[in-house]
Amino acid sequence: MVMSWIWSGIVLISLFCAVLSGSAGALAAAIPQGAQAGITLALSLAGSICLWTGIGRLMERAGMTQALSRLLAPALHRIFPGTRTDPVLARELSGNICANFLGLGNAATPMGIRAVQRMVRTEGIATDEMCRLIVLNTASIQLIPANVAAVRASLGCTTPFDILPAVWITSLCSAGLGVTAAWLLGRLTHHE
Amino acid sequence: MSDYIVPLLILAASLLTLHKKENTYDILLQGGAEGLKLLVTIIPALVLLLCAVHMLRASGAVEMLTSVLAPVFEFCGIPKETALLVLIRPISGSAALAAGADLMAEFGPDSPVGRTAAVMLGSTETTFYTISVYFGAAGINKTRYAIPAALFADLVGFCMASWTVRWLF
Repeated sequence: MVMSWIWSGIVLISLFCAVLSGSAGALAAAIPQGAQAGITLALSLAGSICLWTGIGRLMERAGMTQALSRLLAPALHRIFPGTRTDPVLARELSGNICANFLGLGNAATPMGIRAVQRMVRTEGIATDEMCRLIVLNTASIQLIPANVAAVRASLGCTTPFDILPAVWITSLCSAGLGVTAAWLLGRLTHHE
Repeated sequence: MSDYIVPLLILAASLLTLHKKENTYDILLQGGAEGLKLLVTIIPALVLLLCAVHMLRASGAVEMLTSVLAPVFEFCGIPKETALLVLIRPISGSAALAAGADLMAEFGPDSPVGRTAAVMLGSTETTFYTISVYFGAAGINKTRYAIPAALFADLVGFCMASWTVRWLF
C-alpha cells in the first residue's frame, strides 16, 4: 500500500514539475526509456543473482553460518545479555547476523523473526535488545555486496569489487555507532 | 585483498561441501535456478521504479530536490547528487537500487558519485521494511527508540560512504 502512494506521488510530482519547468516533452520521452532501463538493470543483475544464490546455498550447506556463529558468540553476549542464559536465542540471533553477513537474506529473516519473538517481555513493547537487533540488521554488515558489483560491472567497470573495503568500513561504523546510539537511548528512556 | 576474497570464498564453499560429500555442482545449479525465479518476481518492480526515477529526473524534480537539499548534504560531506537515493533508501530496496543504478549509469561507475552510490547501496538496508517485518511478526507496536536509532545508523552509513570513497579513491 505504501508503494501505491509513493508511485502515484512520484507521477504527480513529475507532472507538476514538468509543467513548471516546461519539460513535458522530456517527461513523456522518459517513460519508455525508464521502462527499458528497468529491463537492462534486471538483465545486468541476472548473472550475479543466479551465481550468488547458488554460492549462498553452498555456504549454508558447508556449515559456514554455524562456524561464523561460534566465532561471534563472545561479542554477541555483550550486545545481547539475554543470550547468556538462552542458548536457543543465541543460536537464532547469531544465525541471523551471520546469514546476513554472508548475503543470505532468505535464511536470515526467519531466524531474526524467531529471535525477536523470543525476546518479547511485555506484549507489544520493544525491548532494548530488540532495538539493538534492528539496528544491527538495518546497518547491513555484508561481506560481498554482489548485486551492486554486478551493476558496476555491467556499466563497464573493470574492478567492480574495489568498493569492498569502503563498504566494510561504512557498515562497521554505522553498526557500531547505531548500537551505541541505541544503548544511550535505552539508558535515557528507561522505564520501570 | 579485495581481489582475492571473492574467488577464495567460492573456493572455500566448494571444497567444504565436497568434503562433506555433498553434490557441490548440483547445489549451485539448484540455488541458481531459485535465484533466477526470485529475479523474475522483482523485474516488474524494477521496471516501474526505473520509470519513476527517469520521470523524476526528466521533469526537473530531482534537480529541484538536489538544490534544496544541497546545503545539508554539503555540510555532511555527502555528494548532493545522491539526494534521491538517500531519501528513498530506508523505504524501498528496489527503488534505491533503481536510483543508485541510475546514478552509476549517469556519472559512470568509477566516478566519485557513482562509487558513493554503490557503497551506500552495499552498506545500508531497507530500514522501514526490516522494522515492519520483525516487529510485525512479534506483535510489537510500541517501537520506542528503534526507528530513530536505525535512521541514525543509516545517516552514519551515508556520511561514511561518502567519506570513505573520498579517502580511498
